[in-house]
Amino acid sequence: MSISTDWLLPPGAAAMTIKRSAPADLGAAPLGFRGRIRAVNPIAGSLPPEELERRLVELGFVEGAMVELLHQGLFGADPIAVRVDGVTIALRRREAAAVLVEAAD
Amino acid sequence: MNEIRSLSRDQRVALVGRPNCGKTALFNALTGSRQKVANYPGVTVERKEGALATPAGRQVKLLDLPGTYSLRARSPDEVVTRDAVLGRLAGETPPDLFVCVGDATNLRLCLRLVLEIKRTGQPMVFALNMFDIARHRGMSIDVARLEAELGVPVVTSVAVRRGGTAALLAKVDEALAAPHTPHAAEGWSEPDAAGVRRLQKEADRILRAAVQHPEAPDTVTARLDKVLLHPVAGLAILLAVLFLMFQAVFTWAAPVMELIKGGFDALGLWVGTLLPEGLLLSFIQNGLIAGVGSVLVFLPQILVLFLFILLLEDFGYMSRAAFLMDKIMGGAGLHGRAFIPLLSSFACAIPGIMSTRVIDSRRDRLATILVAPLMTCSARIPVYTLIIGAFIPDRSVGGVFSLQGLVMFGLYTAGIASALGVSFLLKKFVFQGAPPEPFMLELPDYKRPDARNVLMGLYQRGLIFLKRAGTTILAMMCVIWVLASVPRPPEGATQPAIEYSLAAKIGHAMEPIIAPIGFNWQIGVALIPGMAAREVAVASLGTVYAIENAEEEPAELGSALAGKWSIATALALLAWYVFAPQCASTLVVVRRETGSLGWMWFLFGYMLALAYAAAFVTYQGAVLLGLG
Ligand SMILES: Nc1nc2c(ncn2[C@@H]2O[C@H](COP(=O)(O)OP(=O)(O)OP(=O)(O)O)[C@@H](O)[C@H]2O)c(=O)[nH]1
Ligand SMILES: [Mg+2]
Repeated sequence: MSISTDWLLPPGAAAMTIKRSAPADLGAAPLGFRGRIRAVNPIAGSLPPEELERRLVELGFVEGAMVELLHQGLFGADPIAVRVDGVTIALRRREAAAVLVEAAD
Repeated sequence: MNEIRSLSRDQRVALVGRPNCGKTALFNALTGSRQKVANYPGVTVERKEGALATPAGRQVKLLDLPGTYSLRARSPDEVVTRDAVLGRLAGETPPDLFVCVGDATNLRLCLRLVLEIKRTGQPMVFALNMFDIARHRGMSIDVARLEAELGVPVVTSVAVRRGGTAALLAKVDEALAAPHTPHAAEGWSEPDAAGVRRLQKEADRILRAAVQHPEAPDTVTARLDKVLLHPVAGLAILLAVLFLMFQAVFTWAAPVMELIKGGFDALGLWVGTLLPEGLLLSFIQNGLIAGVGSVLVFLPQILVLFLFILLLEDFGYMSRAAFLMDKIMGGAGLHGRAFIPLLSSFACAIPGIMSTRVIDSRRDRLATILVAPLMTCSARIPVYTLIIGAFIPDRSVGGVFSLQGLVMFGLYTAGIASALGVSFLLKKFVFQGAPPEPFMLELPDYKRPDARNVLMGLYQRGLIFLKRAGTTILAMMCVIWVLASVPRPPEGATQPAIEYSLAAKIGHAMEPIIAPIGFNWQIGVALIPGMAAREVAVASLGTVYAIENAEEEPAELGSALAGKWSIATALALLAWYVFAPQCASTLVVVRRETGSLGWMWFLFGYMLALAYAAAFVTYQGAVLLGLG
């Protein structure tokens, strides 16, 4: 009998591990996801979109950069630690949702 | 002509760069200063100045600045850096040269900042710091190519090795030789997202052209993080580390403390054989040795605590702890970044409060400042240890843990829980409605803690503690000794001499207020000077009971207390100290950092109310249980 760890993932991510399709945004990506940034497209949230976009870009989330989802927290699989072209950044899934990615294989 | 003019005054050079790239380490190496260096972003939060002489004989004033990812200045510490770069710092001539520091192992974000600063038109040199690590990892960096692409002089440096800054100094000399009149930057405007993106893409292009990454990158950090950031194991380890820290504070320090205590006892007896009975002897025995001495005994415990914190900081664990705690902190309405200031507050609330300057949202920063003093700072250790040592039996639980250590851990937990609780209430009732701020934090690679850096940190903290004992605590002890010694008892007095003193009068006057929480008049007297600093309360009790028991054998303070207080009183005093706002310097810093007297009084008021309530509930509860 194997113990499922799917409950550790956010709702969308659990489905994704099964389908193995390319997730649309980093906020919903499962642990271990590797991919490339397609766009940074912030939606209004805790910050004005323009400000969120600048902060993400300043931390290296730029089109074409390689990302890898290395770690996630215990509760709601949040926050996440993402490797972006050699730098490890911790952020919450809510903000990571602004980063659109395509899976690399 | 120019050369002569520029030599006739001190030239000013400023260190800028992204967080954690080694600016302060360079600053210390170049100026011989001892500013705080640690392996997490956001260590330096204000400008620091030092002096050095270059090989060519120039006198240079060096400026260390808080790290920043961009010139946009989102938080109070970054404002300082932006203003320095733009030459807007009030009352200062703009620097003659900027040394832009970059982490050679991780140039991506550094290069964008270099490009951004270059656009301000300020003269600069780019230092590739941590070059030792880059070489060790087998990275190859084409310095000439970087220089050509960036259009600024580039030099490598190693801040933590002797001689690692020679090339940098030579480059600085070269750059300062060029005629230049310092000026404020003109025409800088905050870049929009598209602008930042353009710069980052340009930086990425240069990086690809000039830097070759090795086939096998750093795997130590990745492997350690697999365990330390594991959702379950990571949290368990964090908890275990904190638990070990408090157990160690209690158990490791004990033998040395016994030694110091024995030393002071012997000193007291020896003085007694030298001096005749009288006021002078009483002052030295009761005021100095029993008072100040009773605080100095705690130096080993404080050093053990700092050893843990310094090691965690230098290892690179602090950002990880913030990552692991983010959800829990967020649930209490705190910013994930608040964890580092709160953890620093275990040492002392003041640096903790200062380091909240890295928090960008004012509301979150304020909330963190208001709860930081609830974290158990090292000044509470003497109070806790004294009471625990006197009232909690020294036995082991389950054969491994000491019961006293467990109680200490419980008190620390109470501090953390109350900080989370208060911030939850603040968020609910005071700072309503604001959406949660995002949490974004870089997790630096682990580094082997630098022995010199850790020892230097310990030495500095030890010195601060001794200085406090020699100034604030000593001064308060003189006051307490006088109050407890005058007026002298009348002829034929029947009660102990101290009952006739001013101290007793003050203490008895306080009794109606403090009796419901189980405090006797001696505690009341100790609480007032304890406002200056928490340890003073221990010293005051030491003096008051030493004078009171002057007739008897000089007993150790702990056992004197055990004979005079009920357990209920002891527990109530512990509860009181979890919350009591007993530290004047913290209040001053809160006033400065919040820019408001109102918030300072708010802090004072709510902590006092909590302290009284907690002591009341504890005392009355304990009495009901028959411990009165
Ligand atoms: N191996 C090595 N380590 C270094 C070097 N320079 C700095 N460090 C380490 O890097 C970490 C960060 O150094 P700091 O000097 O605190 O960095 P900072 O740029 O002042 O950081 P902030 O004040 O947060 O902006 C510390 O652990 C230093 O010991 C270097 O040249 N080589
Ligand atoms: Mg620094």
